[in-house]
Amino acid sequence: MKRIYLAPALLLTGLLLPGMAAASEAGFPLAEMEPDIHDQASLQRGARTYLNYCMGCHSLKYQRYLRTATDLGIPEDLMLEHMIFDENVRIGDLMENSITVENAKIWFGAAPPDLTLYTQLKGGPQYLYTYLQSFYEDKSRPFGVNNMLFENVGMPHVMADLQGQQRKVCKQIPEVAENGGEMMDPLTGEYITEEICGDELIHRGYSPLELVEGSGSLTPEEYDQVIYDLSNFLYYVGEPSRLERERIGVYVLMFLAFFFIFAYLLGREYSKEFH
Amino acid sequence: MASIQESFKNVMDWVDDRLPVTETYEKHMSKYYAPKNFNFWYYFGIFAFVVLINQLLTGVWLTMSYNPTGEGAFASVEYIMRDVEYGWMLRYMHSTGASAFFVVIYLHMFRGLMYGSYQKPRELIWLFGMLIYVALMAEGFFGYLLPWGNMSFWGAQVIVSLASAIPFVGEDIAVWVRGDFNMSGVTLNRFFALHVVLVPLVLLVLVVLHILALHEVGSNNPDGVDIKKHVDEDGKPLDGIPFHPFYTIGHDLPGTVIFLFIFCAVMFFYPDGGGYLIEHPNYEPADPLKTPELIAPVWYYTPFYSMLRAATFPLFGLDAKLWGLIVMAGAIAIPFVLPWLDKSPVKSIRYKGMGSKIFLALFVISFFILGYLGTVHPTPNKTLLAQVCTAIYFGYFLLMPWYTSVEKTKPVPERVTMK
Repeated sequence: MKRIYLAPALLLTGLLLPGMAAASEAGFPLAEMEPDIHDQASLQRGARTYLNYCMGCHSLKYQRYLRTATDLGIPEDLMLEHMIFDENVRIGDLMENSITVENAKIWFGAAPPDLTLYTQLKGGPQYLYTYLQSFYEDKSRPFGVNNMLFENVGMPHVMADLQGQQRKVCKQIPEVAENGGEMMDPLTGEYITEEICGDELIHRGYSPLELVEGSGSLTPEEYDQVIYDLSNFLYYVGEPSRLERERIGVYVLMFLAFFFIFAYLLGREYSKEFH
Repeated sequence: MASIQESFKNVMDWVDDRLPVTETYEKHMSKYYAPKNFNFWYYFGIFAFVVLINQLLTGVWLTMSYNPTGEGAFASVEYIMRDVEYGWMLRYMHSTGASAFFVVIYLHMFRGLMYGSYQKPRELIWLFGMLIYVALMAEGFFGYLLPWGNMSFWGAQVIVSLASAIPFVGEDIAVWVRGDFNMSGVTLNRFFALHVVLVPLVLLVLVVLHILALHEVGSNNPDGVDIKKHVDEDGKPLDGIPFHPFYTIGHDLPGTVIFLFIFCAVMFFYPDGGGYLIEHPNYEPADPLKTPELIAPVWYYTPFYSMLRAATFPLFGLDAKLWGLIVMAGAIAIPFVLPWLDKSPVKSIRYKGMGSKIFLALFVISFFILGYLGTVHPTPNKTLLAQVCTAIYFGYFLLMPWYTSVEKTKPVPERVTMK
């Protein structure tokens, strides 16, 4: 009999297997990023960055200012004063912007998408986080930049003044020996390197991009923090009920576990009568 | 106290003279004798009932805030998710419930296959059950379009355009189903009507018929023996116990609590199931100009979708697309005749021969493989695997008259066993 129980178990495992595709369409690996929607300070910083750098083009048209303020612990008056730039907008309004699709198409070639559900669409905030790291200089593009994750992207590198310029470079990396190890000069103990460019660098686990030193106002660590907070914020916006859902979920499961004890004991009393 | 009981009795007598309430209650609950050897596999009928109620109730509340138009549908779903009090909970109960419905129905059907619950005299129960399954597939299909996400759009587009594979009238049928030359707000509106009115009504009627037919002949059991053969002096089956309260409270209540625990664990902590319960491309509004990278139906249709795609070559003058449609429709239709394909003298897999066991195991494995293949891009090898599994799927049914009549069965006990 025991073997037959395997079927529902298998069915459940099949259901619960997360979508495992972690790489982008182009095969560029996604950076690791663990969102934390309990970190209110991070979400607040992310909201500030969003409203200053992104909102002009990318609306959050399913989300309201008030909901954002409440969930992020921002007092309404501060929200109105520092985060809402249009005096006709009320705190209960949706977070829309005034760019028109017609203009956007002329300026960028395509309308910038609404980003309310972007992290949900991409199965998590990792895509966005990696995307914001991966702009590089490309003179052939209208805005002078391209993106490793999104080839021929229409969007300019809006935060270039923070991050600085990145260039696609060739790098000297250690040669790989036949046994899979990195080759060293037996006399000097130094690595024997070879010049590798482009996709081959990605395959070997190196970034093909290099930051032009001193070109941005933030250090790489500071910039990473900015885009972490931004991705984290958009992860929150993707499903603002997530916090409440998980909080209530714990109580529901606790209740059911507790209720099961009584349901089981009651059921056992009835079962005794016929066994 | 006595007077309260007396007046209750008076009221019930008054009602019973006009409507058989007590009689019906006794026939279907307190004096419906179910075999006492039900096991784990006998939970799923009651779970299906619990999920049905869940879908009906949450569905009613969802319609209160949902806007069935091409312009408003997507935004109204997000409105439910963000602005309606506990709207997210209603929607996740409904979306998780849809998948849970198919989980329990598949397990319920598997129980039927395993213990021969479709065999004489339970053919009608099986037929009504199959009709419920088909209605449920339609219900899921219509409902899946309603969020008007991009996968909703393209999934429905692919399935509706299947009709155009039918020679001569196909294209007209597709236009008739859509109500338009392409998927549009018109299609969305009519799918909404079908999803919330017509199909639920049909489902409810079929569920009633399924249970009436069951209670007429009595439940099967894991041994497949007839409990009515051995009755006491009052005519009660010796191996039967009243459905209420012994099964309702003794068996189903604790089981349902465990089921709800698993259900809530998914619903509260894993509502999109990693993209299998709510697919990622559906977080983008329907866009006729932007095809998702991979159009895959929700997991509960994927075995049939695989069989559709497994037909890759023309045969007998019919093209591959039409064959795909025929194979898929055939795969859904063939279980209907199952009661007449099984020639075995015994019901339960416990006493059937090796042939039945091997074929049932192969059938389950191929169904799982087909389900997986339906979620990924086809490659030549995967298509070949899907073709093999499709052959096994049909083989299980079409070869059944042969392997159930030649195999050696074990002797069936007179009375039920409690293993």
